[in-house]
Amino acid sequence: MSLKDLDPLFNPRGVIVTGASTHPGKFGFVSVHNILRCGYEGNVFPIGREAGDLLGLDVLTSIDQVPEGQADLIFICTPPPLNEDFLRAAARRGVRAAFVAAGGYGEADEEGAEAERRLVALASELGIVLAGPNGQGVVSPPASLCAQIVAPYPPAGTIGVASQSGNFVSSFLNYAGHNNVGISRAVSAGNAAATSVIDYLEWFAQDDATNVGLAYLEGIEDGRDLFERLRQVSATMPVVILKGGRSASGARAAASHTGALASDDKIFEGMAAQAGVIRADGVQDAYEAAATFATQPLPDGGRVAVLTTVGGWGVMTADAIARSRSLELAELSTDLYAALDEKLPPRWSKNNPIDLAGGETRDTIVEVLELVAADEGVDAVIMLGMGIQANQAALMRSGQFYPDHGLERIVDFHERQEVRYAEAAAETSRRVDKPILIATELATTAPTNAAVAAVSATGRLCYPAAEHAVRALDRLARYRHWLDR
Amino acid sequence: MPTLSESRSREIVRAAGVAVSEFVTASSADEAVSAAADLTYPLVAKLCGDRIAHKTERGLIRLRIADSAALSVACDELLAAATPEDGEVEVLISTMVDGNRELIAGLATDEQFGPTVMIGVGGILAEAIEDVVFRLAPLSDFDADDMVEHLSSQKLLDEFRGEPAVDRASLRSTLVALGTLVDTNPEIVSVDLNPLIVVDGVPVAVDALVEVRS
Repeated sequence: MSLKDLDPLFNPRGVIVTGASTHPGKFGFVSVHNILRCGYEGNVFPIGREAGDLLGLDVLTSIDQVPEGQADLIFICTPPPLNEDFLRAAARRGVRAAFVAAGGYGEADEEGAEAERRLVALASELGIVLAGPNGQGVVSPPASLCAQIVAPYPPAGTIGVASQSGNFVSSFLNYAGHNNVGISRAVSAGNAAATSVIDYLEWFAQDDATNVGLAYLEGIEDGRDLFERLRQVSATMPVVILKGGRSASGARAAASHTGALASDDKIFEGMAAQAGVIRADGVQDAYEAAATFATQPLPDGGRVAVLTTVGGWGVMTADAIARSRSLELAELSTDLYAALDEKLPPRWSKNNPIDLAGGETRDTIVEVLELVAADEGVDAVIMLGMGIQANQAALMRSGQFYPDHGLERIVDFHERQEVRYAEAAAETSRRVDKPILIATELATTAPTNAAVAAVSATGRLCYPAAEHAVRALDRLARYRHWLDR
Repeated sequence: MPTLSESRSREIVRAAGVAVSEFVTASSADEAVSAAADLTYPLVAKLCGDRIAHKTERGLIRLRIADSAALSVACDELLAAATPEDGEVEVLISTMVDGNRELIAGLATDEQFGPTVMIGVGGILAEAIEDVVFRLAPLSDFDADDMVEHLSSQKLLDEFRGEPAVDRASLRSTLVALGTLVDTNPEIVSVDLNPLIVVDGVPVAVDALVEVRS
């Protein structure tokens, strides 16, 4: 199967929107609003029943009024009976991609299914790549494009999202907004009448803006074909898949939702592992996996050093590493041990997890991190205890004694330190080309905490718990192992 | 879909490279005794035929046969137990294989993904434990090793009750061999190796059932 040219879908020169309406609750309004609101710089041509103004644009009553070659994409919000004519007219103006947000097709009834087949045949005849129908939209930050009938518009990044359900696109984009690890492209496949999730993933694999694929799958039409193509894609780009229809009851729900068959879970599990696919358990898990691949280098192996300012977290993390499939605690080499012993007070753990035992001075954490990360016996580092200083700073800053009693100074110091740690983690990780993951519950409980904000500012994910970081690292190691097979 | 007799099934999987316990077939007690002359007692005898897929339920298996006299009696009894519905039958005589660990392996054709290979923990609790892993056939060595690593019961594969660890290379070659069957014998839709008994670390199939397209 040849690669579909999805460039006009994700990088259109201009967009035609059908069903344009001045009613702010209608898809034809919301999509035009979202395209303009999110800063799309190409031309937008709303097509409506009556001429007039829509958010400062002239509503055109016919696609024939669109200047030739000014639009690559038509975004269709009108019901099925109108859309074949729209597609023909759009093709005459040079349009090469259609996103059909409108429903009433295969998901509705037999008449809709027939209309869907005709639309597919017509698009193919006209040389138009067809996305949807019954899809939520397409998002492409490199083109500043948010052609969607719902929010949000995510920060730019390198994760490419393709989903069989629009809700999951929104969920992934919401996580991207919250965590500041962003999105390169996102599309809801809708009924996937002509373009399916694997078509999008294949295009992402060759897309310079995308480094990792994140997909939600429900029904599978041709499992063998999917397997072969996923295996190809995984060889160039990691792919994280969230699969609906896992349990028996879920499978029934999936069947009624998409009309497609859900495959046996164990076989899907095996197929995914064999194809190098990272399978996620839930929507947050899937996002975290993708965000990890988007921001961390792949480790050479599974030997992990745990760096912690407090003992208990280190113990829990060591347990999680012991339970993992691909990871183990790194053994501290004699040289590393000696170097650490020199930097740390006598009560340090003398072992991995490397518990600094509260003995850190101004530069200790950064220096220890650099020593550990650079060691040949260490493939990856997990850092725990970040954010404690900033948490105390926040309590001081918000209280009645601030800024007196020396509080202003110490608050500044604490917060500056946290920024140093986060920056050192990102910088060291890039320099030694090893993953360094920071985990703290403050990522969830206090997202404005200076440490959490500083990790975000480095473009990386601040993991909400150590076991999340272990899981993320396990997937990096597992994918590396698969690539090296 | 029709199944093949155990002896035919054993021949097919053995030709692909699966280790099966030593066996001979015979159509009478006398023939059995002479055919089994090279096998080491104790032996197992089973009534076997294309239409006999499940022998245990019908009591068509005799275990721990100590000598040729007992073998002769067992064969007579088994042949007498055949019903007209069983069609053509024979007695399969194989060596007793001893090991504390039972695995189950097989090949199954999935509607969506086509032929798949399975490895799992066998024995009477197999269905309750459900520790099974699938991959799509054919398998690379990496795939076979990887599926074994994905079993939850890893300790069962290590040294166990005085027996050596399961030889991963033997297990790998068994699984890879299963995966080749759909190419060499395209009529096959499923294979059961149940159980695979681990003998000195090596998994040996002591039963095999091949199902083919009608």
